Amino acid sequence: MNKFVRYFSKRSSWSLPYFIFLLLFVVLPLLLIVFYAFRDNQGHFTVDNFVKFVQQKEALNTFIYSVGIAIVTTLLCILFGYPAAYILSNSDFNKSKTTVMLFILPMWVNFLIRTLATVTLFDITGLPLGQGALMFGLTYDFLPFMIYPIYNTMMKIDKSLIEAAQDLGASRAKVFTKVIFPLSLPGVLSGVLMVFLPTISTFAISELLTMNDIQLFGSVIQTYIMQSDTMNYGAALSLIMLLIIGITSLFTGGDAENESPGLI
Amino acid sequence: MKVKFDRIIAKGYLWLLLLVLYTPIIIIAIFSFTETKVLGNWTGFSLNLYKNIFVGDASGSMLSAIKNTLIIAIIAAIVSTVLGSFSAIGIYNLKNRHRKAITFLNSIPMINPDIITGISLFLLFVWLGVSQGYTTVILAHISFCTPYVVLSVMPRLTGMNQNIYEAALDLGATPFQALTKVIIPEIKPGIVSGFILSFTLSIDDFAVSLFTKGNIGLETLSTYIYSDARKGGLTPELRALSTLVFVVVLALLLVINLRAERQAKREQERAAVLKIKK
Repeated sequence: MNKFVRYFSKRSSWSLPYFIFLLLFVVLPLLLIVFYAFRDNQGHFTVDNFVKFVQQKEALNTFIYSVGIAIVTTLLCILFGYPAAYILSNSDFNKSKTTVMLFILPMWVNFLIRTLATVTLFDITGLPLGQGALMFGLTYDFLPFMIYPIYNTMMKIDKSLIEAAQDLGASRAKVFTKVIFPLSLPGVLSGVLMVFLPTISTFAISELLTMNDIQLFGSVIQTYIMQSDTMNYGAALSLIMLLIIGITSLFTGGDAENESPGLI
Repeated sequence: MKVKFDRIIAKGYLWLLLLVLYTPIIIIAIFSFTETKVLGNWTGFSLNLYKNIFVGDASGSMLSAIKNTLIIAIIAAIVSTVLGSFSAIGIYNLKNRHRKAITFLNSIPMINPDIITGISLFLLFVWLGVSQGYTTVILAHISFCTPYVVLSVMPRLTGMNQNIYEAALDLGATPFQALTKVIIPEIKPGIVSGFILSFTLSIDDFAVSLFTKGNIGLETLSTYIYSDARKGGLTPELRALSTLVFVVVLALLLVINLRAERQAKREQERAAVLKIKK
């Protein structure tokens, strides 16, 4: 007991309970995805789940379609979000923190509610639900997640660099292409991470926006994993998604600081 | 002249975007004050949808969903805050390499999409053979809330003068007294922000709850909305409910942001005072 007290009077040891918690509730569950992905119903090792994924066109096609949708959504978010972030961060155009907050607030509103709200919009205007609605809804849902990191990065740009460029005679367009744009790219990468990953893994949004017509990969995973006889196949599909996430994170060099939608 | 024109275009673009972002939410809010089944069809002002949440036909399941959401959020936020704050102090005092390792682990739940967090925890509970329900949802929520508490307490620790703790010990305080009298008051703003953040995240969660709630009929607000929306068409009462949720989340966010702003101001003042004293 005494030893116990002495051990925990050292402050560095206070992280130990959380370390164990992280191992149990973060690391182990991720390993279990791998574990179940290579298992059949009887609990024997197998790679059949992956063979099935390639041979049965259904899941594979949904997968490719989902990646496509995610790419288009990400591009649309950059297209609409980048100018917004630029305007928000430029003191010539915007000095108010409230406007910035208005753009970031939707990040925190339950995306189910936001999706249903978009469905409502389509209902009222009489536009049909379907692929178009899906693209609109996804862009609508994830746009703040693109604006926020780009805005953040732009705000961190050393203002003296911009002033120096202006002093040396660069026009506003030149300042943008030679200074601001290159320095804002890390923010775009974070934004890509924050939009692409959730879009590729989304599952409820597509069902609501297309009246169950279009299923994305996330929905397919959900259907398989919730049934005990297809759970292993579901785990294999999750592992494939996990790989995509890992590759994207590595590729964009994700740093958590920029991604966490913290305070403004 | 050209700059002025630019400004109009820029402002106009921002407002247009905001309009698109908020119109759907506003439509839902407006139509929560009329009883129509079909949206866009105003049938007169009425507060019945709000009343029906509490006394209508579906009120039983709706109220229990609200109750579950709140209970889960409160427990998850309290546990995450305590766990996260203590761990932040611990992590801050760790050696570089260990610190990096645990910071990396801490960032995984924040990077992982919800569905992966949900599925991986679902598999954990299946593997352990525990039946899923209240406890599993709360554990799952703790696991994705705590990293945010660590993240909001950490800057307070880094910004704190490390000598005060040592000074307290030198003056005869026990480590426990030094903790409660020195460290905790210093990092309190971070702890409070962490708590509110966890609470908001927990209320807002959908995917993780869906995968860990099991099939004993436990519903939180978002899983309830989901199952209702899936049946096609939204129960009119859910418009009122969504509006309520939106207003509550909005209020919480305003509180968080105002607090952060006030703190920044206070710190500036404190820095100014210190400068004068010097």
